[in-house]
Amino acid sequence: MISSKPAHLQGVYDVVVAGGGPAGLGAALAAREAGAERVLVVDREKEAGGILLQCIHAGFGLHHFKEELTGPEYAGRVLREALEHGVDVLSDAYALDVLPDKRIKLMSAEHGVTLIEARAAVLSMGARERTRAAIRIPGARPAGVLTAGFAQRLVNLQGCLPGRRVAILGSGDIGLIMARRLTLEGVEVVGVFELMPYANGLNRNIVQCLRDFDIPLHLSTTVVQVHGRERVEKVTVAPVDDHLKPVLSKAWDVPCDTLLVSIGLIPENELSRQMNLRLDPVTNGPVVNSAMETSRDGVFACGNVVHIHDLVDFVSAEAGLAGRWAGLAAQGRRPPEDNVRLSAGENVGYCVPHSLSTEREHTVYLRVRKPMEQSVIRLSSSDGRFTVDKKVRYVFPAEMINLKVGPRMLQNFHGDALRIDVLPR
Amino acid sequence: MLCARRSLRSRGLVARPAPVTMPELLDVVIIGGGVVGCAIARELTRYRLRVCLLEKECDVGFGTSKANSGIIHGGHHSDPRSVKGGLEWEGNQLWDALAADLGFGFKRIGELTIALSEADLPVLENLLSRGRAKGVTGLEMWTAEHVRAAEPNLSQDIIAALHAPTTGVVNPYEACFCLAESAVRNGLDLRTETTVLGLSLADGIWAVDTSGGTLHTRFVLNAAGLFSGDIAALAGAPALAIHPRKGEEYLLDKRLQGHITRVIFPCPSPVSKGILVIPTYDGTLMVGPTAHSVEDPLDLTTSAAGSDEVFSSVQRFAPGICPRDVIAQFAGLRAAADGDDFVIGPTSQKGFINIAGIQSPGLTAAPAIALRVVGLLRDEGLGLAPRDDFAPGLPAPVHFMSLSTEAQIELAERDPRYRRMSCRCEFITEGEILDAIGRGAKTLDGIKFRTRAGMGRCQGGFCAARCMELLARELDIPFTDVTKRGGGSWVAIPRLTGVAQEASHD
Ligand SMILES: Cc1cc2nc3c(=O)[nH]c(=O)nc-3n(C[C@H](O)[C@H](O)[C@H](O)COP(=O)(O)OP(=O)(O)OC[C@H]3O[C@@H](n4cnc5c(N)ncnc54)[C@H](O)[C@@H]3O)c2cc1C
Ligand SMILES: Cc1cc2nc3c(=O)[nH]c(=O)nc-3n(C[C@H](O)[C@H](O)[C@H](O)COP(=O)(O)OP(=O)(O)OC[C@H]3O[C@@H](n4cnc5c(N)ncnc54)[C@H](O)[C@@H]3O)c2cc1C
Repeated sequence: MISSKPAHLQGVYDVVVAGGGPAGLGAALAAREAGAERVLVVDREKEAGGILLQCIHAGFGLHHFKEELTGPEYAGRVLREALEHGVDVLSDAYALDVLPDKRIKLMSAEHGVTLIEARAAVLSMGARERTRAAIRIPGARPAGVLTAGFAQRLVNLQGCLPGRRVAILGSGDIGLIMARRLTLEGVEVVGVFELMPYANGLNRNIVQCLRDFDIPLHLSTTVVQVHGRERVEKVTVAPVDDHLKPVLSKAWDVPCDTLLVSIGLIPENELSRQMNLRLDPVTNGPVVNSAMETSRDGVFACGNVVHIHDLVDFVSAEAGLAGRWAGLAAQGRRPPEDNVRLSAGENVGYCVPHSLSTEREHTVYLRVRKPMEQSVIRLSSSDGRFTVDKKVRYVFPAEMINLKVGPRMLQNFHGDALRIDVLPR
Repeated sequence: MLCARRSLRSRGLVARPAPVTMPELLDVVIIGGGVVGCAIARELTRYRLRVCLLEKECDVGFGTSKANSGIIHGGHHSDPRSVKGGLEWEGNQLWDALAADLGFGFKRIGELTIALSEADLPVLENLLSRGRAKGVTGLEMWTAEHVRAAEPNLSQDIIAALHAPTTGVVNPYEACFCLAESAVRNGLDLRTETTVLGLSLADGIWAVDTSGGTLHTRFVLNAAGLFSGDIAALAGAPALAIHPRKGEEYLLDKRLQGHITRVIFPCPSPVSKGILVIPTYDGTLMVGPTAHSVEDPLDLTTSAAGSDEVFSSVQRFAPGICPRDVIAQFAGLRAAADGDDFVIGPTSQKGFINIAGIQSPGLTAAPAIALRVVGLLRDEGLGLAPRDDFAPGLPAPVHFMSLSTEAQIELAERDPRYRRMSCRCEFITEGEILDAIGRGAKTLDGIKFRTRAGMGRCQGGFCAARCMELLARELDIPFTDVTKRGGGSWVAIPRLTGVAQEASHD
């Protein structure tokens, strides 16, 4: 993998980007294209590229690069593009803090602890996985209960296996990908157990990772107990009723030595919290305006650190926006003010950005709370005088919805707040 | 285990006592490296003695001593007529000096035992007079208003409370590590992952058969916690029945830090101290423990029933606490002897001394137990010549994130180990992980309980692979030999197909 090491970190950077995944690298490139002179990306891993580096399967880039790439190939491309456009990329470097004057406090293997001056900053620290603690499975606490992403790291980066007989709790995409990966490695995957009545991952992953390998998917089922003293020996699973409460009388034991937990991602927001940014309690990421600017002037954010994307292509699109505005902000050009607040209504978990302008074209990203067939996405003002509907055939929590919103659609709207509902037709 | 001892010695951390070769005959063998065994070991290294501590787990403190409430009890809870009642208050007063010497965290945050009804008041009065009779200082009855002002998040139904300023909190595992490390620096021969399998007495000398060979000693101290009954049987001492009593504990999200600032006890019933709210030393709130007898001394499972019991009782007086905030849960087993008191003393088998039945408040009492055992050994004929080179202190570990930015810059400049962040939740640097390994951590849990790496919100998702790489490198073992906490607690295995093995052994 290519890399570039800035020999010195002196002087003022126009834009410093915290996190060198596809979001950070894409933002850095866009900042350069918008005219920023000195742009630095820092990443805490040995190589920049983000979580994609451990996703060695194909299926990335169909939208953004119009061809199918593996994770490392996608990461390699965005890294190369950034370097070719004169972005400095410093890996093995941890962004510890962004001070109120936008100086970035950095811990670098090469440079030690330093403070770097910056005119604008982009946060793109990605996401982390939810852990077993988030769902409180009773029982013992042996070795062998781990997140799917950690297992992915063990297999793809460390060259070893998490166990011989694996049960998977949760049908998130990483768990599905790992079901296939482990099967190919000769590991027995005994089943995927999902609490909800529908799968949490993309449909293509259900087909290609489970069905094609005859791995059973148990919907409306959860793990109610972990057994084993030193290492997992088995798990007890049970179906759940309509209130998601386990029906213990129907429980059964599944012998296994490993339980992978794949119950979703959550933005890596240690830094955002430390900076006291306004956070959205649903996404757990910072609140952003339509220029992807956070509650602190000159600090932008994009990618999984804002909200969880299932496809990296949309991360790249969002990064382009954040990077462009960061680059312009560094040159003294503030993004135009938004004039409409946007909020999530019925069957909408969240929407990003949290505000927009009636003057410009936007892509609004949203997720529904529950699946629905034959529905409409409704944009409406609080007084009910303005509504526009967009028909959609099928909505699904695992698939992010992109909604184009622009001046034409809003020509009859005169208020300052809009909400989005997803309703049955 | 050998690896680790070698590496400790090569770092100069194991200060051997005067004799260069290992003498044949030891003075004292301590079985069990819980807080009791460790406290005794450290007291004994003040004297010119050859002492060996045997622990079956991979680390000291990995029995009951790391799975408890971490409270240094105020001194007034246990009956003064019992052995534990006396040692509770004595032990309480020894913790300031220990913490000052060894540098582990200890804070006297105080305690409230609350009354929710008129019927509770005489119980509190009784606790107060009992405590005063023992000499417990500072006990005071608080009015409802006083309680409300001090702890506004407790229930408005509280009508009075007994305040004990003497109550404190520690990280119990940290106390064990520090006691053991100090003892090792003063000459203790510490052998972890060494199980005692047999004991025999011939000509006044005990042969101690272990999984790592046989040792000979004049005295054997049985501090084996839940297994002290088995050890007594091996020694041919009178039968000692130990009944495990489980306690489940639930740690709550950092969000609730400061919600309650003192240890809160409900009004005790004749059988139990009840379910408590515990602001741990790190500031995280914890609720528990339950108290239920179990058969299996290895049963550390938590249960939905336990969680229900804990939250429903706590919510009666702390309504802001709910199960949604749980971030971690664990269970510990109290080693209760018949009669529910500590069993401390010599037995009919000469040289074999029990320190058993050390249930709650065993953590509190441990330093006092250690002094009592030293006295017992003297009474039993062990000569105690003080060493003039006993070093009571320990070098203070670096806490990188609590340094000023200037100090961080300076340290990272000087020492490249402080240029890499290993834990993203608790912000622990590679230097701190390496320090923990140097001080005896051999497993992921060993690192976790020494540094907090892996205890935060991501529960090791980020740091585990890094810690495994560092352990493999420092202990010179393959990556796949690194365990969670020794024994069969493996984390990863080599690839079945045999490809890419190099990557894991670099
Ligand atoms: C385990 C996993 C598997 C996935 N599998 C797929 C898949 O199969 N298909 C798909 O389309 N999408 C997949 N995704 C989603 C996709 O990879 C993401 O949408 C995309 O990588 C997000 O890009 P990002 O740049 O926002 O975050 P990331 O790629 O996570 O990059 C964030 C980078 O920031 C660094 N960083 C974080 N904090 C700091 C700091 N304080 N200082 C310095 N650096 C920091 C991180 O180390 C990381 O390199 C997966 C995600 C995960 C987590
Ligand atoms: C839920 C709970 C909460 C508690 N809360 C408090 C509190 O807040 N305050 C307080 O003062 N006390 C409390 N206690 C009590 C306290 O934890 C114990 O009294 C104390 O830890 C006992 O220490 P120990 O050294 O005797 O036992 P242990 O820590 O169990 O040590 C015994 C050691 O012996 C080892 N061992 C056993 N057999 C062998 C063998 N054959 N060979 C070698 N080694 C062997 C074991 O591995 C173990 O490490 C609590 C207990 C529980 C369970």
